[in-house]
Amino acid sequence: MTDNNNGVLVVVEVEDNQPIDLGLEMLALARRLTDSMGGSVTAVAFGTGLETIGEILIAYGADRVLINDNQIFANFHAEAWLPDLAKIVAEVAPTIVLIGHSESGTDLAPRLAFRLDVDVATGCESIDILNGRPHMTRSCFGGLAREVVTFSKSPALATIRSKSQQSLTPTTERSGAVEKLSSILDVNSIRTRVVSREQEKAAGGVKMENAKIVIGGGVGLGGPEGFKTLNEIAELVDGAVGASRAACDLDWCPRSYQIGLSGRTVAPELYLAVGISGASHHMAGCGNSKTIVSINSDPKAEIFKSSRFGIVGNSQEIMPALAEEIRKLKA
Amino acid sequence: MKIVVCVKQIQNPEIPAAQFRIDEEAKVLIPVSGLSPVLSPFDEQAVEAALRIRDRAGENSDIEITVVTIASKGARAAIKGALALGADNAVLLSEPTFDGSGGYVTARNLAETIRAIGDVDLILTGRQAADGDAGVVGLGIAEILDIPAITFACDVQTNEGVVTVKRVLQDGIETVEADLPALVTISNELGKVRHASMRETMRAAKKPVKEWMPEDIGLDEIQVSSKAMRYELERLYIPVNDIECEFIAGDTPAEIAATLAQHMRQANLI
Repeated sequence: MTDNNNGVLVVVEVEDNQPIDLGLEMLALARRLTDSMGGSVTAVAFGTGLETIGEILIAYGADRVLINDNQIFANFHAEAWLPDLAKIVAEVAPTIVLIGHSESGTDLAPRLAFRLDVDVATGCESIDILNGRPHMTRSCFGGLAREVVTFSKSPALATIRSKSQQSLTPTTERSGAVEKLSSILDVNSIRTRVVSREQEKAAGGVKMENAKIVIGGGVGLGGPEGFKTLNEIAELVDGAVGASRAACDLDWCPRSYQIGLSGRTVAPELYLAVGISGASHHMAGCGNSKTIVSINSDPKAEIFKSSRFGIVGNSQEIMPALAEEIRKLKA
Repeated sequence: MKIVVCVKQIQNPEIPAAQFRIDEEAKVLIPVSGLSPVLSPFDEQAVEAALRIRDRAGENSDIEITVVTIASKGARAAIKGALALGADNAVLLSEPTFDGSGGYVTARNLAETIRAIGDVDLILTGRQAADGDAGVVGLGIAEILDIPAITFACDVQTNEGVVTVKRVLQDGIETVEADLPALVTISNELGKVRHASMRETMRAAKKPVKEWMPEDIGLDEIQVSSKAMRYELERLYIPVNDIECEFIAGDTPAEIAATLAQHMRQANLI
């Protein structure tokens, strides 16, 4: 498999005409994989207004960019993506297909795998080439364990967890080919109809995934009021607020706050975990943070095992005091 | 209307991390002794979603809820749990005959079972099993049966041959509909599940559980077994965590907060 292979195909998601960070992170992984096994890196992007995306993706590591610029791809819809994507995979015939482990990617990748009659490893943290074969490492058992799997059929599909890879420094010295595709989609083949999309009010301030500081709140906050203090502190430090699944399930905060296996993935400079026990499914969404500092009343809380600094105490007393201290430092 | 809910029984995923053990040699989970297996929580919510549809249809509805599972012989926790919650009957595919695992074999086994049950209008699954965390099987079933699939539902309603689903998005809610038959995967945002009542639990023991063999679903023994698997588990392990936690102490909350704020300033975060 090391010779004569067609490398890695990366499906890059687009938001506001720009590639999302996860797409760029996957290009870096694709480069590393092709360095090891040969072949080239092909990126594919679906969306609208994609005039400049080709150059960007080449600067970040793609050798070839396929662009499917079409109004029908303005919003993600798995059924609309599938026919074109299946055709592209068949034509490029890559050894590995990388798809983001995002809301869209997790909806898309399993369908694509079955349509191509191949297998998919979801939520991968790394891929290594051993004996010429891709070995996918993925989280399982709610984040408590990792498994390494290989597939007997090619291509191997994998969804890649956000923040598990580091994107390359973009350079205009890289060259590559940009090709425009025309869609083969028959709109009559779409069987699910989108009736409406309701945007939840954005939390304001910095997007959680881009924030340097993320403050996560859990059941230990004692109630929805606890999130007010967290938001106050986030505003002071230009950070963002997230939450554990348990806090979201209790409706103490918007469900868009949820960090974890079935929520968002963050990897900030500082993750401040407040009243969060540290269940592995939560850690799956914040475990790659540079520093974790946690505040919990239970000295045996699991979260301390992943924390650089820990505070055993009542978060309802400590958080207002922290807000006060930060105000003093900023004054 | 026929609803099929695909369920899986797993080790209780809420156990403390310290109790979680892996046999790295055999590449299997070491069950915690004395702990009964449970219905995977997302699957439990899929059962709940089916029950809510039947509740809304009223007492005299013709809605029949069948649960399907693949489990080791005698291991009926998932089925018992689902029947006690209110499902009408169950189909069990038993190991060791059905010992194939992974998305491909599992989805085919379940899809062919659903085909064999016949005239199924709505298929519900959890968004992912809480042990494998793959989220592949539900969508695989829909692809094999060539029916529409809607993922990550927090609300499912049916009306005159159409299923209307509220989907959880990162920044909101999307409402999607499809003609039946269709498959819907259920997310934890569906909300609280009911507890099994004493009455239903007692009735559950008398509800029909069919145990099917490969020929009952039109497959042969090889196709449903580990021989048909297309993936290999190379390694299973618990990641090492070598972080040493330094505790910040103080006499008052203000003192602790001051130390933390200083650390944040030193790291240039304030």
